[in-house]
Amino acid sequence: MIDALRHIGARTVDGVWKLGCATRFTGTILARSGMCLRRPQLVLDQIYFTGVLSLVIIIVSGLFVGLVLGLQGYETLKRYGSAEALGTLVALSLVRELGPVVSALLFASRAGSAITARIGIMKSTEQLSAMEMMAVDPHSRVLAPVFWGGVLSMPLLAAIFSAFGVFGGYLIGVVIIGVDSGAFWSQMQANVDLWSDVMNGVIKSAVFGVAVTLIALFEGYDAPPTAEGVSYAVTRTVVTSALAILALDFVLTSFMFTGV
Amino acid sequence: MKRTTVDLWVGLFVVGGLIALLVLALKVGNASTVTAGQGYKLTAEFSNIGGLKPRAPVKSAGVVVGRVESIRFDNKKFLAQVTLLIDKTYEFPKDSNASILTSGLLGEQYIGLDGGGDDAVLKDGDRITLTQSALVLEQMIGRFLTGKAAEGPTAGKDQ
Repeated sequence: MIDALRHIGARTVDGVWKLGCATRFTGTILARSGMCLRRPQLVLDQIYFTGVLSLVIIIVSGLFVGLVLGLQGYETLKRYGSAEALGTLVALSLVRELGPVVSALLFASRAGSAITARIGIMKSTEQLSAMEMMAVDPHSRVLAPVFWGGVLSMPLLAAIFSAFGVFGGYLIGVVIIGVDSGAFWSQMQANVDLWSDVMNGVIKSAVFGVAVTLIALFEGYDAPPTAEGVSYAVTRTVVTSALAILALDFVLTSFMFTGV
Repeated sequence: MKRTTVDLWVGLFVVGGLIALLVLALKVGNASTVTAGQGYKLTAEFSNIGGLKPRAPVKSAGVVVGRVESIRFDNKKFLAQVTLLIDKTYEFPKDSNASILTSGLLGEQYIGLDGGGDDAVLKDGDRITLTQSALVLEQMIGRFLTGKAAEGPTAGKDQ
């Protein structure tokens, strides 16, 4: 009994301690981001690594999510005799929720895990220490470009996901099932607002980008320098990112879309 | 500056992302319709707005001519004060009539503007005096029932 209580206490203190370290780590990265402006090539390489290489999975998933939304939405809306609202349903669910959230989950498992593994191995093979020995700051040379690459890629990936999702919904709804094309687009345009829907989606995905990239970087940087430590860190990145994305999504949604 | 294939891919990625955003804004969203600053404001007072919401369309003869900008409650007159943003390409006579209507049986509510016959037109900040409130189903049923109850016995005597 006492042991169990002690265990819970230790875990809590450990968690708070880690959160403090993560906050300090975030501050350090932000403070040393100056090099990203002087050497944009470093950030470009990271955008290639996290953004461009994630494109295939984002486009394919977006398309299929749109196709499924089109099918399921049509089946449900048909019962109420309002199949023309399919465009609204597909576009609103993608732009507001599915686009930012699903692409962030994919981003966490595709790019976040890779970032953690790379930073963890750089640390365990003492590459980061070697850089410090050569008076090269690993925060500004390695970590900050990865951070900004992830933060810049995420909103673009979410937008591409949503656009392909809407296209998927169009393919199923209009081309295959035969919902009226004019009604599909006009209902969508009448009900999707540029600021309250599209821009809030972009803000959401930017917040997710910051969260996922920071978690991935910190888990890699904080990983015990062993093969086992790095593997646990990668697992923790994916799990923590997924939880953070869903929790943040709830908080952001309750800010953005209540009372509209 | 040395150009690498990575730069090309990053460029393509950024262009693709921006195009996707543009598609979402123009094709999916309503950035191409009436936006703020390109119209004039009118106010109208209603005794009941029903389920009218900000950004609901303002239609005249079925054509969208503007949007509801804001709705607030006037605590002195106990009326709902609705601000409408009308596209500046449309002009309406002073004695136009604003009524709250419903599209379809269960559809969203919108404001219908019916043009009057006055020569003077409504300007920015003007108030539409002729208004017709939303129909509330409970009130309609109540009125119908009391009407029936009132005419019931007399109708019976006449026969």
